[in-house]
Amino acid sequence: MKRVLTGNYAAAYGATAAKVNVVAAYPITPQTTIVEILSEIVANGELNAEFIKVESEHSALAACIGAQSAGARTYTATSSQGLALMHELIHWTARARLPIVMTNVNRALGPGWSIWADATDSVSQRDTGWMQVYCENNQEVYDTTLMAYKISEHADILLPTLVNLDAFFLSHTSQVVDMIDQDRVDAFLPTYAPEYKLDIDNPRSFGSLTSPDHYYEFSYKMHKAHEAAKQIIPEVHAQFAKEFGREYGMTESYRCDDAEYLLVTYGTIAGTTMDAVDRMRDKGIKAGALKIRYFRPFPSEEVRSILKNAIKVGVIDRMISFGHEGAFFTETKAAMYGETVPLYGFIAGLGGRDVSIKDIESMVDKMQAEDPSNLIWIGVKE
Amino acid sequence: MTKKDDQKPIVFEGASDMPPMSASQGSMSVNKTASWRSIRPIIHEEKCKSCMICWKFCPEPAIFPTSPPTINYDYCKGCGICIEECPFDAITSEKEGK
Amino acid sequence: MVEIRFHGRGGQGAVKASDVLAMAAFLEGKQVQSFPFFGVERRGAPVTAFTRISDDQIRIHCYIYDPDVLVILDPTLIGAVPLTDGLQPNGKIIINTQRKPEEFDFSGTENPSVYTVDCSSIALKHGLGSEAAPIVNTAILGAVAKATGLVGIDSIAESIMEKIPVKQEKNAEAARESFAQLMG
Repeated sequence: MKRVLTGNYAAAYGATAAKVNVVAAYPITPQTTIVEILSEIVANGELNAEFIKVESEHSALAACIGAQSAGARTYTATSSQGLALMHELIHWTARARLPIVMTNVNRALGPGWSIWADATDSVSQRDTGWMQVYCENNQEVYDTTLMAYKISEHADILLPTLVNLDAFFLSHTSQVVDMIDQDRVDAFLPTYAPEYKLDIDNPRSFGSLTSPDHYYEFSYKMHKAHEAAKQIIPEVHAQFAKEFGREYGMTESYRCDDAEYLLVTYGTIAGTTMDAVDRMRDKGIKAGALKIRYFRPFPSEEVRSILKNAIKVGVIDRMISFGHEGAFFTETKAAMYGETVPLYGFIAGLGGRDVSIKDIESMVDKMQAEDPSNLIWIGVKE
Repeated sequence: MTKKDDQKPIVFEGASDMPPMSASQGSMSVNKTASWRSIRPIIHEEKCKSCMICWKFCPEPAIFPTSPPTINYDYCKGCGICIEECPFDAITSEKEGK
Repeated sequence: MVEIRFHGRGGQGAVKASDVLAMAAFLEGKQVQSFPFFGVERRGAPVTAFTRISDDQIRIHCYIYDPDVLVILDPTLIGAVPLTDGLQPNGKIIINTQRKPEEFDFSGTENPSVYTVDCSSIALKHGLGSEAAPIVNTAILGAVAKATGLVGIDSIAESIMEKIPVKQEKNAEAARESFAQLMG
């Protein structure tokens, strides 16, 4: 059934369709309406879940960890400072191999106090062991939330997923979303039945002291799970496409085949970039766009195979790793190790600054003119 | 390799036989903590009234509530709390390794 | 793709208007996108909202810089904020005002079509808002439907029934009345 939904509602309805057993979340702008609608859905009896009101984001994820450890499918959502407050437990979730799915509305960190779009919050959680996906539109938010549970809960993966959407550009923007009938969702996403859980009939101790004899191997196994995910994610995407007709990849390439100037980006900027590519093509510039959906695991081989034939590649980051460059730029460069294509790093849209088609066209202008020596700030008022 | 009844390992040799997360089951059956003990508590039956205070206070717990109580020397770490708490001075200590 | 930019003041319902218009177009089978300019909202402060309507998937996610249609919910904004920036040649401007279209001078924009309707009076007649702050968002959508032909008035009315939580009938009547009264 098609409906017009905001990105936040798409996330909430995705979690509802996944029939989560426990929701624990603390409101923060611009994530608040996710919590609002979910509490309403639970109160109405449309979702048979325990809605746990908590006193902080740290507690929200702690409650999910407890519930998920006992075998429940759980959901939480946050943003920015809230995600930062969860940090300790974000590590814990992944290392406990709990396939929790969390929506993060990408918002800048203060000060200056900002409620607007910026990916610094989620990229700062890069090394926690979570899988990370970035969404371009509301349909993708809904579909990705559903697929995230299936991927996370796969016995060879057992890793949590952070589903990211841009503050306001998705969270508060209404778009058409095709929602899937519940019986078809149920067939796609069976009930969560973990092998390892808290169970009084089959007791185990979890998270106890782990000596160097074993910690190293647990870390190795987590990395192997990420590698397995690179194989399994495309399989789940293929199954989803077969069932529901919408195709996704770990990346999505747009007019890349013969592109000379390729722009790599993520989130809502990716959609605008694709429209900018059309406009540049009309002017005779062979432009292309590569949208990166999965930041962890990072699809290095895929990125490399798409980019290596370009004349120049630019990477647009809506975040900055201070003292270095944008994180997606770093990853893209690493993926391109050994190739000779010049790479340009663009910083754009920090703290919700709008990134227009003209801004994106200006990046290709700069790629045509400049050496790839400096990080290029788009629209900065010197 | 030590295994439980269901043939799953208790002591892990390497990544391939480990669970994905730090989860253990039955490890205490092989992890005998008595090796920590430097003093050994001895219950003297003639003084013991079977009040079970030692059983209540043992943090391990390595004392079973039999009459008189018995100490499981596989797990008693020799903390001495039972000796301290016994109201009848029915528990004394001996140095280990004599 | 048609891009519509709404200009109003906090409390008039410009953001809701962008949503209701999108929903109406959705009901007619279109792809839509609606969103506010993401600021901190205060009653009386200038507010901008956006709607995109297209037959195809809408990928773009930035603000609307070159709108095809401008909807001005409060005439006191004219001259106070740069409303007509980027308006496409032969664009349409729909204004809530008692004045006639020919009384407005939008020199600097290329051949705009100007439409006016007194939404404030229509809103008050239907009990929407107060004398000091009439809620004109639903009323002006009737005018938008008439002036642009983007959506039918029945779709606007249906969308109002879905998206407006209170006084739905009154809001729908206000939209129909402005549809009938539009000048231009």
